[in-house]
Amino acid sequence: MNMRGTHAGLRLTAHKQRSTRHPVRQANLPAQLVLALDQQAGVPAIALVQVGEQVARGQPIARPAAELSAWLHSPVSGRVMAIEPRPAAHGGDTMSIVIANDGQNRTHPDHAPIDYSSLTPAALCEHIARGGIVGLGGAMFPTAAKLRQAATAGGMHLLLNGAECEPWISCDDMLMRERAQDVVLGARILCHALGATRCTIAIEDDVPEAHRALQAALSLVGTAAPSLAVVSSIYPAGGERQLIHTVVGREVPSSGLPSDIGVVCQNVGTAAAVAKWVRDAEPLISRIVTVTGSGVREPSNVEACLGTAMAELIADCGGYADAAGTSQSVALIMGGSMMGLRLPNDRLPVVKGTNCVLVATPADLQPRGPEMPCIRCGNCADVCPASLLPQQLHWHARGNDQPALEALGLMDCIECGCCDYVCPSQIPLTQRFRSAKPALATALSARREAGEARARYESRGQRLARLEQEQRARLEEKRRQLLGRKI
Amino acid sequence: MLTAILVVAVCAALLAGALLLPDETAPDAETRLTERIDELLPQTQCGRCTFTGCRPYANAIARGEADINQCPPGGETTMLALAQLLSRAPKPVDPKFGVMPVQPAVAWIDEPACIGCTKCIQACPVDAIVGASKFMHTVIAAQCTGCELCIPPCPVDCIEMRPAPGPTV
Repeated sequence: MNMRGTHAGLRLTAHKQRSTRHPVRQANLPAQLVLALDQQAGVPAIALVQVGEQVARGQPIARPAAELSAWLHSPVSGRVMAIEPRPAAHGGDTMSIVIANDGQNRTHPDHAPIDYSSLTPAALCEHIARGGIVGLGGAMFPTAAKLRQAATAGGMHLLLNGAECEPWISCDDMLMRERAQDVVLGARILCHALGATRCTIAIEDDVPEAHRALQAALSLVGTAAPSLAVVSSIYPAGGERQLIHTVVGREVPSSGLPSDIGVVCQNVGTAAAVAKWVRDAEPLISRIVTVTGSGVREPSNVEACLGTAMAELIADCGGYADAAGTSQSVALIMGGSMMGLRLPNDRLPVVKGTNCVLVATPADLQPRGPEMPCIRCGNCADVCPASLLPQQLHWHARGNDQPALEALGLMDCIECGCCDYVCPSQIPLTQRFRSAKPALATALSARREAGEARARYESRGQRLARLEQEQRARLEEKRRQLLGRKI
Repeated sequence: MLTAILVVAVCAALLAGALLLPDETAPDAETRLTERIDELLPQTQCGRCTFTGCRPYANAIARGEADINQCPPGGETTMLALAQLLSRAPKPVDPKFGVMPVQPAVAWIDEPACIGCTKCIQACPVDAIVGASKFMHTVIAAQCTGCELCIPPCPVDCIEMRPAPGPTV
């Protein structure tokens, strides 16, 4: 099944082949791991261990604090050295568990493989939650929460996202090449947990090896196998909403969820992690990370334990490429060159959503000159995959005109960076939109809360009026009775 | 030809007549204006404006009986929105109607001290306090508008304002 890409977007030069020359290998186990408690969307997890305690590989070390939270497991055996705030890639200092690796690799005995088909969907969702599994595409949304939310509607179409559109990242490509069976098994488990009626694995047209591997794995499954959809490699083909539009042919409503149109989207890496947990009883304690860019000597994909410092991964891949072997002249980015997060230093740990560490030299990134005024060329509107008008948004974001920003759909911006890429005036549009979003979100939620307060205020007024009327009626009745008795 | 003209003329007359009929369900101009003003108010229902809630204040503005600078919770934003809606000159919010804390606050009940008198429940304009007679009461922080109306009626002074929790995810 071949499909055309989204109506907008960009055809970017891919740099994936640099990191796909070698098979995925195990990264060296670090001496110390730093595991942030908030490596999932939602609420930070609550630590289950004490400082000084011995932990085994795979042992739960933090439990979810709410529905939207996740379990966290120790990737190695060792001792808890500290539970304290540590710098994290996703911003600021966050409470983290620091574990010293004892090198013995003792495995936690309590986990056992299960037969997923014997479990009810609800029990399977709970089991998936126990594996600490979150969306590995980068958003780190707790998988079980997404499944539970969608399973209530039933009859879902499960879409596995293997369209890795960022030009540098190749971890999903390598995963599908080498562990296609895990992906397919994960797809079937997720289908069972969802009660899904259809399942599609979507990949881009520039990953022929992964395509062949998936086809081979699917042919082993026989009937009721997931289907394979090939989308053209136009950035951002792998954006959740864009991919759903391309594959299913329907748009996710603004401010709605994919499940509103009967679709659940999961990353292929997430599916493979689910398979590993259900079949091998190994919770999410490691993931494939692409270490690439011109600033690193041997770009490759490595299977890294959560909590490994990025500096160790870079050292594992031959170290920095410049003569001094330092990170002086490079930009460190977690994620891809388009949507990635700039890192202040290389001592930050890998989290569940770290798909790529990009060690970029200035030549790798789009050169950015000084910002110039908008000439209203409209290039940004042509490439916007969310069909927004970035030039208008920019105008109103400067004036902080919130009603206009809302009307123009600022909250639908997926921050893909296409508008930045084509802007001839070098305006950092995405950055502007990202910083304008929180204020608008606050204003929108304040208005929603005001509406709810108004509704409660009005119903209270009606209730009080009704009570008063009832009391008056009772008094009236009593007076009539008394008067009647007198006569 | 004549028939066609007549038919069209009769149709036009009937439709014009239908347009002229008063619409029983349509609210009058004052109610419509009140609703548009009420949309802009923060719905704190605190009564700082000297009216008994946001809607009565909106109605007073619509009748020209109150000014646009009487809402401290809405602050400058609300005042400017009202000025724009009503085509009036903006004027600073009058501090005599009260000054809001820098950080949004919600009511908090010291539960061990609560005697269960239900006075605060009756005072809350948005039903954000739960409890029953002779049982402990508590504030639903997410629904509290920070109006402070529950504080004066409390006979044991066990209610205080505390910083509002962050927005829920």
